[in-house]
Amino acid sequence: MASAQSGTLYRGREGMWSWVAHRISGMLIFLFLLVHVLDTALVRVSPEAYNEVIGHYKLVVFGLGEIGLVGAILFHALNGLRIILVDFWSQGTKRQRLLFWVVVALWVVLMAGFVPRQLMHMFGA
Amino acid sequence: MTTSTIPDPSTRYRRTGMRGMNTEMLSWLFMRASGVLLVFLVFGHLFVNLWLGEGVQRIDFAFVAGKWTSPFWQTWDLLMLWLGLIHGGNGVRTIINDYAHRSTPRIVLKALLYAAVVITIVLGTLVIFTFDPCPVGADPDLLPSICQS
Repeated sequence: MASAQSGTLYRGREGMWSWVAHRISGMLIFLFLLVHVLDTALVRVSPEAYNEVIGHYKLVVFGLGEIGLVGAILFHALNGLRIILVDFWSQGTKRQRLLFWVVVALWVVLMAGFVPRQLMHMFGA
Repeated sequence: MTTSTIPDPSTRYRRTGMRGMNTEMLSWLFMRASGVLLVFLVFGHLFVNLWLGEGVQRIDFAFVAGKWTSPFWQTWDLLMLWLGLIHGGNGVRTIINDYAHRSTPRIVLKALLYAAVVITIVLGTLVIFTFDPCPVGADPDLLPSICQS
C-alpha cells in the first residue's frame, strides 16, 4: 500500500495513470448515480416536483457538468473494456500501453462528436 | 523516506491458499460481466436522453412517463439501476478497502456504503414498478399524450 513515507508513485506511466483515472471517474459516476436515482424518484411525488428539479439539468452550468459526466463515463467504459482485454486476451498485458492510447484516441473522437451536439442543445441552435 | 521495492512483474505470481471460486473471484468476474452490459445500457440511455431530439432540454415528466409506459424501457432502466449500483458499490468497496487502514473507519464507511446502495436500489425499483404515468388530479398539460383518452 502506498503511503507518504514510501512515496505514492507506483510504476507511473500509462498503466498506473489509467488506474488512477479509472478510480476517480468511477467514484464520480457512482456519486452522480445516487443523486440521479433520487431526482428521478420525484416522478412519484408529482409532475410539478419532477419538472422543477429536472429543470436544473437544463441550465448552462449543468450542461457543462453533463459534458464532464459523459467524459468520465466514456473514459471509464473504454478503459474498462481495456481492462477486460488485459485480463482475458492473450496479447492484452503485452499491448496494455498501446490499448491505453487507443482508449484516449476513441475518447477524443467520441467527445468531439458529443460536445458540439450538447452545446447545440444547450443554446437551442 | 524509505524506498519500497516492487517485485519484477515477470516473476511468477505467488498463489495464496485461495483456489477456485471464492467471493473475491466472483466479485472480479462480476465487475467484468456487468461492465460489458453497462456499456450498452448506459450508452443507450445517454443516446436516447442526451443525443436524440432536443437532448436534455426535452426531458420532463411527460418524457419519462412516455418511456416508462413501455416494458422495454422499464426493464432497461431496472437492469441499469441494479447493475450500475452493484458495480459502483463494489468499486467503492474496493476503494474503501484500499485507503481506510484502521478497522473502525473502514467498517463505518462500508456500512454507510451498503446502506446507500440498498436504499437507492429499493427506492429506484419501487419507483419503476409503482409509477403512474397519469396521476389523478395532475395538471393535464404536464402529462404524456396517452393520458388524454
